[in-house]
Amino acid sequence: MKLDRTSIAIVVITVALLAAAPALPRWAMSLLNVSLCYGTVVLGMMLLMRTGLVSFGHGLYYCLGAYAAGTVDQMLKIPDMALMVLAGAAATGIVAAILGLLLARYRDIFFAMLSLAFSMILYGLLVKSSALGSTDGFNISAKSIFGIAVVDNAHRYATFGITVVLTMLSAFLLNRYLRSHRGRLAEAIRDNELRVEYMGASVRTTIHLHYVISAVLAGIGGALMAINIGHIDPEMTYWPQSGEFVFIAILSGTGNVFAPIGGALVFETIRSFAYEYSPNTWQMVLGITMLIVMIFLPGGLWSLLQRRKPA
Amino acid sequence: MNQLFAVLIDGIVYASWLFIIAVGLTLIYGVMKILNIAHGSLYALGAFTAVSFCSAWFNHNYAAAGSFAMLAAAAVVVGLIFGPLIERGLLRFMYGKDEVVLVLVTYALFLILEDVIKLVWGVDPLLVQGPNGETPYSVLGNFEASGLSYPYYNLVLVGVAVATGAALTWVLTRTRNGKLLIAVIHDREMSAAMGIDVGRTYFVTFTVGAMLAAVGGALTAPTVSVVTGMGAEVIVMAFAVVVIGGLGSLPGAALGAFIVGMVRAASIHYKPELELFSVYLVMAVVLIVRPKGLFSGAEVRKI
Repeated sequence: MKLDRTSIAIVVITVALLAAAPALPRWAMSLLNVSLCYGTVVLGMMLLMRTGLVSFGHGLYYCLGAYAAGTVDQMLKIPDMALMVLAGAAATGIVAAILGLLLARYRDIFFAMLSLAFSMILYGLLVKSSALGSTDGFNISAKSIFGIAVVDNAHRYATFGITVVLTMLSAFLLNRYLRSHRGRLAEAIRDNELRVEYMGASVRTTIHLHYVISAVLAGIGGALMAINIGHIDPEMTYWPQSGEFVFIAILSGTGNVFAPIGGALVFETIRSFAYEYSPNTWQMVLGITMLIVMIFLPGGLWSLLQRRKPA
Repeated sequence: MNQLFAVLIDGIVYASWLFIIAVGLTLIYGVMKILNIAHGSLYALGAFTAVSFCSAWFNHNYAAAGSFAMLAAAAVVVGLIFGPLIERGLLRFMYGKDEVVLVLVTYALFLILEDVIKLVWGVDPLLVQGPNGETPYSVLGNFEASGLSYPYYNLVLVGVAVATGAALTWVLTRTRNGKLLIAVIHDREMSAAMGIDVGRTYFVTFTVGAMLAAVGGALTAPTVSVVTGMGAEVIVMAFAVVVIGGLGSLPGAALGAFIVGMVRAASIHYKPELELFSVYLVMAVVLIVRPKGLFSGAEVRKI
């Protein structure tokens, strides 16, 4: 297996992050954690966008992953990080496989609207289910990883470790996938579905597959976020949350798997400062940035990097 | 029996409210093919402006009945300021782009307007209320129907909804401008070639749509506490309404509002925990069975 530049970079960055962990201050670590969780979700959005689809309801899977992780903690009483993430991925995979049967037939705003409807259904259910804490949600706390108990600093490093490794692994695998035969179909489908069908490939199967992959990524991101923050609530599937994912995906562009992760990092960094200094103009900054990016940088922030070093 | 009657009344009142909000959305989509997320912000702007206008009115100790004029004025002012501003300042550069891109543009606009509201009115909940607690709501009083008490204000909502629907139908089917508009809906380029000023059509449509959103907000303001984030809540509900009825269809918006209104009233009376769930379930089911909504398909003419 010959590795491309992006794959090598992913491995290098993973090793570097893990090696630097003891030297990272707390704030930097939590900023990285949250960005990487978001990055994982947006990786999935990127795959959908490459296929020409924008989901205004990916909060559904983000939330589902987090609640699946929470269920492992609350109901099964096994607060293990690895199991939580696995539960998140499995739950979202199953739900997406079923909903994908329907959604794979939809395009454009109808795809966006139906996924929005599904995410709001979950929202409607969660805010009224008192067993799951209604609008308040509930706290969860992971206490072990692969059965090894972790406390205090070990807990912090374990959380960081699992977040970095899983995000980077997702990016690595997605990067490989995008370079495979079927992965390359994504942009072909976006450009012209009919041609893809004439080539003998199935548009519907590919879209279904991409939908499931993106959902599982969102589920992993949600479960990781739950482990990191230690609290989950129904806002995770409310539509502005899904909008945030769309926003980061637009901001970062779909050029490379690093784009969503870098975009999420930029987004979270700006957000931490904006919350600190001007909480009431934060969304305005977002909106204006989004307009500027859409008008002047249709390829997202990633296209800036590409222009600097022509391939 | 009594409860069924209550469901029916609540459903109709709620449907009227939904129709007022959703009709502007469907109008804008039908003509301009823009699914306007910022519609929620215009709704919120209408509500906040109504609070300011009515408070000023009450503080001058003018007759409380005049506060209704203030509600109307708030809607008109918001529509006339923000409609042209948004259409001329931003949207006209976007025509011809992909529908999804247009949704994202209005989403960006939504984010901006949410903060505009916070900057102007602050983040505390507000009430449409005078110094002595007078509201447009209390001016009218209540009436009794089969043992239950309803505010007359609800009848105002129903009246405004019916009047709006009738007026739009009349304009679209009976007037010259309405017929020109239908030509633009069918084929923008051909209409332009025939000498219709498409830019002006879009401008007027968007302004009217914005005003309708603000009307919805202004009429809602006296019945709730006006808070930031109310636009986000309403816009998904309005989406559900227009998607169920068929995007861009006027009778569709009416039918969608009726269905959502009844479903919500029924679930509030019989199974309150399913209130939101049921609305979006209906939306999903309709999208699954008839992807383009109930009023679509063979019917070519929209609006």
